[in-house]
Amino acid sequence: MIASIVVAATVGDVMIASAMRQIGDLDEIKAESGLLGAIRAVVTNTRFFFGVAAMAVSFFSLLFALSHADLSLVAPASASLTVVTNTLAGKLFLKENVDKRRWLAALCVCVGVVLLAR
Amino acid sequence: MTFRRYLVLGFVSVSAPLGDTFLDVGMKNIGPVSLAHFTTLFHAVCTPWVASGIVLLIAFFASYLTALSWADLTFVLPATSFGNVIVALLARFWRHEQISLSRWAGIFLITAAVGFVTRGPSYTEHEKPVAVLDIEKVCQ
Repeated sequence: MIASIVVAATVGDVMIASAMRQIGDLDEIKAESGLLGAIRAVVTNTRFFFGVAAMAVSFFSLLFALSHADLSLVAPASASLTVVTNTLAGKLFLKENVDKRRWLAALCVCVGVVLLAR
Repeated sequence: MTFRRYLVLGFVSVSAPLGDTFLDVGMKNIGPVSLAHFTTLFHAVCTPWVASGIVLLIAFFASYLTALSWADLTFVLPATSFGNVIVALLARFWRHEQISLSRWAGIFLITAAVGFVTRGPSYTEHEKPVAVLDIEKVCQ
């Protein structure tokens, strides 16, 4: 159950990040075409909609998991694992420069979220 | 990274937990909603706290998308995770809840993570595909 939350959230985040990278700097688009132009650029991108669909799957997976397990288990487990999988997916699929600094940050967030939930 | 972009990242960190808190306050004011009267939820959306919460969450998503258009996902992630710190601080100073030592340790770790990431580059430049460069040469 937690795996489905984590996988769907990661797919959603990566698809949305990929869509935004494809669209380009929204500040520049807003400067050229205004706010409506920026909104049009986002809502006409196919990857963006796949990303939002994946986020919706993650949300409903969370609701399903919460109907069977405690929030105190589901929330920190899914949040901390999602940080790690997002970092890995960012390196593998988005070809981001994930250096030691970012890995250390991901580890700190992962442990920090678990500690916050206690 | 400009000062304005740091402000956007800061807004990403703050707006989601604030929006959730406003939703929480609004729904607590309304009280438990039963399935027999689920239309109460539609009225709830029109109450000030819930409406403000929805506006904040929409603003969070818009600023999150804006941040992803000029920064890497792995750069923006700690900023979204910082929202957990905001929730804990709101719980302490608004709801007057006690924060244990382990939660303070969690706050410190997430804050440190944001600090690590913001000291590095925010965006990974990728080379344009060769086919695009060829088309540009032909059009010149």
